[in-house]
Amino acid sequence: MRKVAVIGVGNSKFGIRSDVNISELAFEAVKPALEDACLSAKDVQFVALGSTGAGAWYEELLPAVVTGEYCGLTGAGLMRVEAACASGSAAFFAAYSAVACGHCDIAMALGVEKMRQIDTPTAMEWIGRAGYYLWEFHNFGLTFPAYYALYANAYMAKYGATEEDLALVAVKAHKYSAMNPVAHLQNKISVDDVLNSMVIASPLKLYDCSPMTDGAAAVIVASEEKAKELKVDVPIWVAGIGYSSGTANLSKRSDFLSLDASVAAAQRAYKAARITPERVDFAEVHDCFTIAELLAYEDLGFCGKGEAVKLLREGQTEIGGKIPVNMDGGLKAKGHPIGATGCSMIYELVHQLREEAVEKNRQVPLKNYVGLAHNVGGTGHYCYVTILRR
Amino acid sequence: MIKVSSLSMPSIKSKPITIVEEIPISKTLKFWEGLKQGKVYATKCHKCGKLFFPPSADCPECLCSEMEWTELSSEAEIETFTHVVVRPTSFCAFKPYTVAIGRLKENVKVLAWVSGFKLSQIKVGLKVKLAAKVSLGGELVYEFVPLG
Repeated sequence: MRKVAVIGVGNSKFGIRSDVNISELAFEAVKPALEDACLSAKDVQFVALGSTGAGAWYEELLPAVVTGEYCGLTGAGLMRVEAACASGSAAFFAAYSAVACGHCDIAMALGVEKMRQIDTPTAMEWIGRAGYYLWEFHNFGLTFPAYYALYANAYMAKYGATEEDLALVAVKAHKYSAMNPVAHLQNKISVDDVLNSMVIASPLKLYDCSPMTDGAAAVIVASEEKAKELKVDVPIWVAGIGYSSGTANLSKRSDFLSLDASVAAAQRAYKAARITPERVDFAEVHDCFTIAELLAYEDLGFCGKGEAVKLLREGQTEIGGKIPVNMDGGLKAKGHPIGATGCSMIYELVHQLREEAVEKNRQVPLKNYVGLAHNVGGTGHYCYVTILRR
Repeated sequence: MIKVSSLSMPSIKSKPITIVEEIPISKTLKFWEGLKQGKVYATKCHKCGKLFFPPSADCPECLCSEMEWTELSSEAEIETFTHVVVRPTSFCAFKPYTVAIGRLKENVKVLAWVSGFKLSQIKVGLKVKLAAKVSLGGELVYEFVPLG
């Protein structure tokens, strides 16, 4: 396997983007990524697109083809990958693999999603069906917040965590997204704002949930030889990737206190990168709902079981703490354009590791120059953990 | 048809379609018919003895496709639950509903609606009864109800 570097990243403005269609939105990520890498679209030999809503919440069935043509990428090897909310990381893995195995020298992972072209109940329907439709949706109408609410109630009953504890995750997310110009939600909120917001699926309320967001992100990777040839100033190396999956039926999970897929993916990523969690300077974790961030702290080994609330309350996951988490506002406040999220996490890691272009008040201090992205698909149905090193 | 309003950007509407899939149930027919008789069936692998709920026609453990039907016991303990307030399109006609995952003594878990309780009574650890029924709309379902 060859060493692989990230040499270019781009991220569109996240939000309700009814000013652009899927292709125009993708362009907003592809163009800055190509410019960042000093490449043209024709230099890209392989493109993996992460997107989940094709034909459901947006109109195109073959988004890789239409965005590829629109962005000048036609002719490159092309595929769409699906790993639900982890599709962006799965696309990154596909692009990384194509280069690592020597199949090509320059590849792109592109994530794009348009979630705001349809009405909200229908959007809830599509995402609710993203589990085991036959056994857990057809008769029971589970929604995506409801799946995570099942974890939240079990976690709260076991460890005594409170709705206020969950709210603190949202408050932190909004604090940092307010400093991030690409973020969907840029308003600061209080614990009371979260507690007083409407119940979506108990105990989760509106402000416990990530918004439905339109957005795109692109990442260009290259082999070590190609990065040298291109005289890339600060290549960011892929140190390790780990992946795993969980049962489709939530009723088949052993408990609701941890995502097994996250634990396994993290262990594999740490092993591949030859590090322990203590070496990670900062992380992007999959906080689609506030409970998910608490589970992630434990599943990634940032603290012991049942200790996530303590870690959060001590400020250990903020700048100045042991491990800053989601300094871009996370899915919760930066927004969660499902297929784009994984690539947007890589975008953030790269900017933080380069110590550039990040608004200075949310730049994390770097000791080991190691960042981690944790991207969950569905409710622990898929998980990818990607570790980058400068 | 170009739509322009003060609240939204100009757009055109896609062609509408209605999708209804026909989902095969021939291999789990006994389960669906059992619900009509008030019974909840699981399958048990003839070779390795593993019990499956939801019922499975094939065993992923030993790849055997010889399964026996076995009726589940009805007593369950709630492991977790949620009250779904914001509903998806196909459930908008329902009032908010409570969904729980209950563990049966055979050590399989079932996800189903909980009915017959006040929301404040539903807790992790609550003992409930699993019951099959035909819903008012004619759907074959199973739910958790109070014991006795």
